[in-house]
Amino acid sequence: MGIPHDRARYDWINDFLVAVLLNQKIKGKSIYRTIYFLPVITMPAAIAMVWKWLYNGDYGLINFLLSKIGIQGPNWVSDPKFALYAVIVVAIWGGIGYNMIIFLSGLQGISKTYYEAALIDGAGPYRTFFSITLPLLSPIIFFVSIISFIHAFQVFDLIFMIVSDKSIAIDKTQSIVYLFYQHAFVLGDKGYASAITTLLLVIILLITAIQMKLQKKWVHYD
Amino acid sequence: MEVSSNKGKYLVHLLLIIGSISMLAPFVWMILTTFKTYAESVQVPPLLFPTSFNWSNYVEVFELLPFLTFAKNTFIVTIGITVGQLVFCSLASYAFARIEFPGRNVLFLLVLSVLMVPSQVFLLPQYEIMANLGLLNTLPAIIIPGLFSAFGTFLLRQFFMGLPKELEEAARLDGCNHFQIFWKIMLPLAKPGLIALGIYTALFAWNNFMWPLIVNSSPESMVLSVGLASLQGQYATNYPVLMAGSFLAMIPMLVVFMFLQKQFIEGIALTGGK
Repeated sequence: MGIPHDRARYDWINDFLVAVLLNQKIKGKSIYRTIYFLPVITMPAAIAMVWKWLYNGDYGLINFLLSKIGIQGPNWVSDPKFALYAVIVVAIWGGIGYNMIIFLSGLQGISKTYYEAALIDGAGPYRTFFSITLPLLSPIIFFVSIISFIHAFQVFDLIFMIVSDKSIAIDKTQSIVYLFYQHAFVLGDKGYASAITTLLLVIILLITAIQMKLQKKWVHYD
Repeated sequence: MEVSSNKGKYLVHLLLIIGSISMLAPFVWMILTTFKTYAESVQVPPLLFPTSFNWSNYVEVFELLPFLTFAKNTFIVTIGITVGQLVFCSLASYAFARIEFPGRNVLFLLVLSVLMVPSQVFLLPQYEIMANLGLLNTLPAIIIPGLFSAFGTFLLRQFFMGLPKELEEAARLDGCNHFQIFWKIMLPLAKPGLIALGIYTALFAWNNFMWPLIVNSSPESMVLSVGLASLQGQYATNYPVLMAGSFLAMIPMLVVFMFLQKQFIEGIALTGGK
């Protein structure tokens, strides 16, 4: 059940960098945007299948590329040591496009006058970024961090499709929602399953409340 | 902040291209695999390109599974849920935004509180309801719980709240009733919100996996996402066929996206960022 924490911590930083880069006036911006957005419109079931194939220990592309630089790759999704990280990578990859769009709309919402003022005051690009872009973007960063966290907590499709219940890695990778599915619809223990979802509700409410409290320390509205 | 130096520009492009490759590579690998024979797909070291364009994997997908039925079901589910959300959410949100009635705020608070609840909490009760209605293993069971959402109601209410009250008063003076005001005046003005909700909902309905997996096990009303899982169950190692199925399943949404790219991206920004 470690996915939510790990994934939420890293993926917004990643997405944020991409958005910062894409908001600049550069050629081919819309082509890049389309490419990064592709996984968002793709069925998670199809994404899972493609990545399972990429991860394949014997014939997968990833291990083939690793072998070119002299590394013997493991059986990514059936090895309990790696399966969780394999799923995290797919989740990050699939979420970049969505979060990028949110960050982009936030960046475009920052008034140009701030940048003009900074330019007149002689601020360099780094100073402008840390003193203007970052603070004014903090509400969006806050929003994305909450949403990423909640999404990650509810992961199911990827684990069901990539790891699957037949794998020995499932004990190390199953999420709360996967556990719920198993008990409610495979093992038929509906009472226990209901307890799981109630706990999920409490956890998500708690985390949202904590994040709401913490935001006062670093989120600037206006 | 703009990159002024050429060096900076090249660096940005370099980073973006590396990113693009890692975004596209899985799709390219998927498409290349669909044209390989099974023997080619399990060659060591792997063959990057198929030796010839071999279409038999696509043929096999249609032979192994009622793939066209799955596609038809997915279309029905997607259109049903999207139309349902647009109708019910717009009506409910208009009432919450514009009609004064006793208990309105309490009711809206209840709708809002649903937003905080993870959707999985509802799965078991919804399953029980569908079972009691005798709808298990039918398309209506997949569609009905998706017809309304607190999220859509909240999103559209924001739009209706933002429209000037004068329009409504003028229409009332001209003798319009609530429904006419809603239908002829407010709804057309809320079009950006409706498009955003429509795209968001359609994407969700098309890709949804867990609910159709739970509520249906018959091939007659199976959707594509669950169909892919069952394909994987039967042909766990025949990746050329699995890739062909995956690619076919993503084509319709890809085509819609190519035509409505701007609306997709704006819609996601609107549903997420607000």
